[in-house]
Amino acid sequence: MDTIILYVIAGALLAASAARDREKTKRAILKGARAFESILPQLVTVLLAVAAVLAVFNPEMVSRVIGERSGFFGILAASVVGGIALIPGFVAFPAAAELLRSGAGTMQIAAFVSSLMMVGVVTLPMEIRYFGRRAAIARNLLAFAFSFLAAAFVAWAVSL
Amino acid sequence: MTVIAAAAFLVLVLAFPAVGPKAGRSLVDQVKTMLLVLPPIFLLLGLLDVWVPRRTLMRYMGPKSGLTGPLIAFVLGSVAAGPLYGAFPVSAVLMRKGASFTNILIFIGAWSTTKIPMFLFEMHALGTRFAVARLLIDIPGIILIAFALKAIIPAREVARLYAAAESAATPEE
Repeated sequence: MDTIILYVIAGALLAASAARDREKTKRAILKGARAFESILPQLVTVLLAVAAVLAVFNPEMVSRVIGERSGFFGILAASVVGGIALIPGFVAFPAAAELLRSGAGTMQIAAFVSSLMMVGVVTLPMEIRYFGRRAAIARNLLAFAFSFLAAAFVAWAVSL
Repeated sequence: MTVIAAAAFLVLVLAFPAVGPKAGRSLVDQVKTMLLVLPPIFLLLGLLDVWVPRRTLMRYMGPKSGLTGPLIAFVLGSVAAGPLYGAFPVSAVLMRKGASFTNILIFIGAWSTTKIPMFLFEMHALGTRFAVARLLIDIPGIILIAFALKAIIPAREVARLYAAAESAATPEE
């Protein structure tokens, strides 16, 4: 759904740009293409790694580890898994909902969702390329720590 | 690096045949997502690069832009689509155009976690309370992380990153 909006916006702006200045538009397209080309190798690596990780982790194993009673360890595990995984939201949210239904704790799931979105161990090499080692690692570590705070807050808010 | 990853992937699939189909399907799904979502993003990125002059972007997102910078960064990140790795190339362009480091970090933070379409879907799948609560804590969280990073990373390093973004630009610049 959001992809459609994206295409609409991109299409509209492209049309506007072409109407204004064709040369510039061509350059824009070229720049975009070159930028894409330059990250392609790393992107492929990321995709391969994620496919492997996702294949290995399955819901049963995950729910066993981060069930309601798994306490702090469960939250930690949830956050770690979230950081490693790179699941699109459309897949992750229903999966998380399912986990909640089958007994995972709210806090664990909140940690999972938070770190899933903000922490990216698998995308780290790519992030390092754009932001340098220090910033990339620091950001991920901070986001990881933050996922615990978010987990606590969300669990508290939901229980109100 | 890619070759190593591909080889490792093959080894994994060969060593654990049960994993094969699932991994293959996952890979296909991801490639589909990637091919679907990335083209418009890179197109927009190219348009941004070509049409928005540095002066203009700096006025709104540069170090002296005050409150508008973070605000725009947040909005930009939230209306985005696609996985986090889509944000990186966009931030490279933003760097070239002079956006402040803090604003770029906020942009990344927003892209990763407060994307509006995702938020709507999250509300649906995990409940309004869950989604709203997470959003409420994410906003200060993102800003906090951005400022913390700004404090941790030495100015020299930031300058190096911006220079790298500059040199990655195509020759016509």
